[in-house]
This record gives sequence, structure tokens and C-alpha cells, in this order.
Amino acid sequence: MQPESNLASRRLAIALGLLLAIALVVPLLGQPYYTRLVARMAIFGIAALSLDLLVGYAGLVSFGHAAFFGIGVYCAGLLPMLGVQQVWVIVPVAMLVAGLYGALSGLISLRASGLYFIFITLAFAEIVFYIAQGLRMLGGDDGFRLPAPTLLPGGASLANPVVLAYTMLGALVLAVWFARRLSESHFGQVVVAARDNETRLRAMGLSAYPYRLVLYTIASALCALAGVGFANLVEYASPASMSWIVSGEFLFMVILGSAATIIGPVLGAVVFVGLEQILSALTEHWLFWLGIILVLRVLLLRQGLYGLLTGRGQR
Amino acid sequence: MSSSCKPDGAEADQMRLECEAPLLEVRGLVKRFGALVVTDQVSLSVRPGELHALIGPNGAGKSCLIGQISGELRPDEGEVHFRGQRVDDLAVPERARRGLARAYQVPRLFGSLTPAANAAVAEISRVRSGFRFWRRAATDPALAAAARIALDRVGLGRALAPDPADTGAVRPASLLAHGDKRLLELAMGFASDPALLLLDEPLAGLGPADSAAMVALLRSLKGRYGILLVEHDVEAVFALADRISVLVGGRVIASGPAAQIRTDPRVRAAYLGESE
Ligand SMILES: Nc1ncnc2c1ncn2[C@@H]1O[C@H](COP(=O)(O)OP(=O)(O)OP(=O)(O)O)[C@@H](O)[C@H]1O
Ligand SMILES: [Mg+2]
Repeated sequence: MQPESNLASRRLAIALGLLLAIALVVPLLGQPYYTRLVARMAIFGIAALSLDLLVGYAGLVSFGHAAFFGIGVYCAGLLPMLGVQQVWVIVPVAMLVAGLYGALSGLISLRASGLYFIFITLAFAEIVFYIAQGLRMLGGDDGFRLPAPTLLPGGASLANPVVLAYTMLGALVLAVWFARRLSESHFGQVVVAARDNETRLRAMGLSAYPYRLVLYTIASALCALAGVGFANLVEYASPASMSWIVSGEFLFMVILGSAATIIGPVLGAVVFVGLEQILSALTEHWLFWLGIILVLRVLLLRQGLYGLLTGRGQR
Repeated sequence: MSSSCKPDGAEADQMRLECEAPLLEVRGLVKRFGALVVTDQVSLSVRPGELHALIGPNGAGKSCLIGQISGELRPDEGEVHFRGQRVDDLAVPERARRGLARAYQVPRLFGSLTPAANAAVAEISRVRSGFRFWRRAATDPALAAAARIALDRVGLGRALAPDPADTGAVRPASLLAHGDKRLLELAMGFASDPALLLLDEPLAGLGPADSAAMVALLRSLKGRYGILLVEHDVEAVFALADRISVLVGGRVIASGPAAQIRTDPRVRAAYLGESE
């Protein structure tokens, strides 16, 4: 990526600092609705940035990323049934299961490219969706109520919106830091190089496949973290959380914010969740208006919401 | 080449070249696309340090031949030997790691990365540090040093400098001038310590100044690397090549030292006459 100039990165840092400050203050206001909104934004921010690793940095447009989100949701719902509530167990297990499914499905889907890759990732997500739907004792299509929330060390419960909001904000900040670091590493450079010109990379002695597979596994595991948060937010686990519509919403957030920037898709998630709340209160055709907004973004903003903040936005 | 190995007289260098085991040897290569035979029983070799030029009219099958040597195209028949080993069954990356470097007819670069980062990826490939997840590439002194050496070698050090018009950022490779793209691609080729360079029309699309610079660069590489050079610029080829093979309709119709090829009547009829 083109390095940002000093001025642009200072503008960005100020804007992000301001946003984070607002997010940190809102839960103190004692308004559960807004506190939960902050938690929701942070949760989808993590999901969107994990997808950005694939879409933005690797050029892999996955249309099945919600499967890993859903795996996180189900892990957070199922483990309490076995008497496990500790976040230190639930999150690693969720990430492990999602990472494993990512690695296995990636082994196959990453053999394909372009449109075929989109379809195969969609197919692998549908498999998980139908498995979840077929689990009769877990409510099948309807899903089930979380038997108990996830607990932090010390006993604080993620059922408490304030605890959930701060936990997910912390997780988001960590995820942003981790993803940026990863994208700037030797590994990240190879991933971007494979996106830019795979033929050149191969002619230099590197095959893109193992790098993509590792990235796909990491992105899958990261998305499950968001899923654990989501299960605690809605206190519910259902197949709807892993439907292709959710995958589409993740893609929407990435594109709205600008791919391959990490921060952009987080902003995309914030705006998407905000608009969803505002528009769905005003009209039942809110999806239509969201569509219009996405079209406007593509037509008017070269670098999405990210470009608006760095001041390199206009076409 | 069946000459005896007595390095005496004025042709000592030529003799020495002929006596060494070939770096690259292609035997009886055939490639068909349906009914079209694009490579027809081609055999040729490149010795260590030799510059072997491949000329021929458009559509003669030069790029397809290079592709079969680098591994991008699978031949239907024949063998490719590199450094004494058969490499037919090896994929492109594996052949590259054994010392084959390729530049394409249309330069292929990592467009969004800066020239230095392009060269850095070549270094990452060479030292196999692609699975380092935490070390930042942009601030890694080892990568920066390797990139600088690679770019300096082709005279592209200036591409490291920030572009003042663009708020102090270094331009990504996709915005380089055409000649600089070609140079950058070559720089990335060297970074992997190759033994053989496969160069597909490195002069194509270059203006006179860039062209002269590229010829000078190729001359400086001669002797250090084996080079298989595909080129339409006949003047440059005669000035640079140790040996020339002429490909027409997928067949090698003539092969030998430059002086011999220049006067070969079949070559004049089939190719040189045509292009003049
Ligand atoms: N994938 C393919 N399928 C079918 N025909 C092909 C394919 N690739 C190349 N050809 C044909 O093979 C012939 C040789 O192509 P090639 O690109 O090797 O020529 P060339 O000698 O490099 O020509 P130029 O000087 O124009 O670069 C051409 O007639 C071309 O149309
Ligand atoms: Mg060609």
C-alpha cells in the first residue's frame, strides 16, 4: 500500500482517537440501548477486519465468512451446556474450531480463484448452516437461548452490556493491532505480492497457496472471536447468524470502509450498524437505502470511509 | 557443437564456452495447441555465462518456448535439463528456486508495492522468511539493504526516492515509467541469485535512451549469468549474442555464432529479409 503522508495519518489518528473516546464514554451514560450499540459495532468491526485480511490484502473475496462467525456463536452457546463459561476456554475453543474448519475448507477452496472461489466459500458456509439447522435438540432453524453467558476472570458476566462493550472494544483494539502488524510483516508482504501478481511471485520461487491457507486460517479464527461476542450480545445462537446474508453484510462493511486498510472496514462496520439502527426505525425498506448508500460510496469515495478520514477520499 | 577441446588461438574463449557442460539443455521439445504446433522438435542449450539469443518473427513461438523452460507451459514431448537435472516435472516456483529467473514480455510486478518493496519480496523469497509473522518488512534493515543492492544493480536507485509531487510518498511500481518497470523486473530476477536469466523482449517498448541503458546493462551481465534472450531488435542481438538461434513456425531453422547467422541465406529469407 501507498504509505500515508504525515498529515493524512495525523488526521486519521485524531479521528480514530475521537471515535474511540466516544465509544469509551457511551457505556458510562447508563443507557443500555447505546451501550449495546457500541458492543455491536465493536463485534462487527472485528468480523469485518478479519474479512478484510482476505478481501483486501489477499484479494480473496470470500462469500462464506459468516460460517466462522456462526461457529463462534455456537461455541459460546454450547460450551455453557457442558458447564464451561470461562472466556479463557470459550474463546480459544471457538477460534480453534473455526480455524480448523477454515484450514480444511481452505485446502479446497483456495485451489479455485475468482468467481469459483466465491461459490466454494459460499458452499462451505452453507454446509455449516445446514448442519446447525439440522441440530433438532438445539432448536434447529430457531436456534436456542444461551443457557448462560460467558464469564471473564473474576466473574464479570458478558451478559452485562457495559462489561460486554468494554470487553469487545478491548478485543477490537487488539485485533486491529494484530491485523496491522500481520499485514506489515514479511508474511503480509508475500500475501499482498500474491494478490498483485501471482505469476511474478511464482517466477521468484514462491507459491501463493501455503501463504493464503495460513491467512485464511487466521482470518477464520479471528472471526469466531466476534461470534462469541455476538452470542453474548443477543443471548441467542441460531443458524441465522451464519447465513449467506450475514456474509454479504460483512462484505458490505469492508467495501463501505475501503478494503486493505483494516481501519476502513472497522469504520464500515460502525456506520453499517449505525445506519441499520437508524434506517430500520424509519422504514421497513432500510435494506434498499443501504444499497443506495453503497452505490454512492462506490461512485463518490475512492477510498471509502477511510479516505474521508485521511482526506484522500474524493474521486 | 562437435569441435575439439583445445583452447588455443583467438577463439579460446569460444572454445572454453563450448567445452563446459550446458547450464540449460532443451531436447526435442514439442508443444501443440490443438492442430497448431507452436514448438516443433526444438533443441537448444545455454552454457554458463553464455548469452544465447532467440530471434524469430511474431508468433514464431518464442514466448511459448520460454514458458516451457520456466515451467508455466507443459510441453507435449521432449525434455528440459537445468544444471544437469531434468526439471520437466517441477512447478514454476521449484525451478525458480533452482536458479531460473524470468522477465516477461509485458513486465510483471507487484503493482501496489513500492519498487523497494518489490525487491524486498524477492529477498524474502531468497532467504525464505515468508513465514515470519511479526517482523515488519518495511523497517527490516536486512530487506532494505538487499533491496537497495538489487535496485542499484540495474541503476534504479532513484526509484527509492520519494516523489515530491505526491506528498512525499514513494511511488508504487504500477506508476513507474515503462522502462523502469523493465529494470525493476530484472532487479527482482537477480535478487534470487539465479544462474540463468530468461529474458523475453527486454527492449520492447523502450525509447532510445532506455534502450541504450538496457543494452549496456545486458552487456554488463554477460559472462556472469547464462542468458536466453528473446529479442526483435536485431542490431542489439548481433551486438550482444554469443550464439543465435532462429525460430520460425516453432522450428529452429538455424543456430550458430552471430556472424554465421547474419549471412545464412535461409535466415535472411525467412526472417531478416521479412523484417527489413
Ligand atoms: N494458450 C494458447 N493457446 C493457443 N494458441 C496459443 C497459446 N499461446 C500462444 N499461442 C499461439 O502460439 C503461437 C506462438 O506464440 P508466442 O507467444 O510464443 O509467439 P512469439 O514468438 O513470442 O511472438 P511475439 O514476437 O509476438 O511475442 C502464436 O500463434 C500464438 O497465437
Ligand atoms: Mg512473445
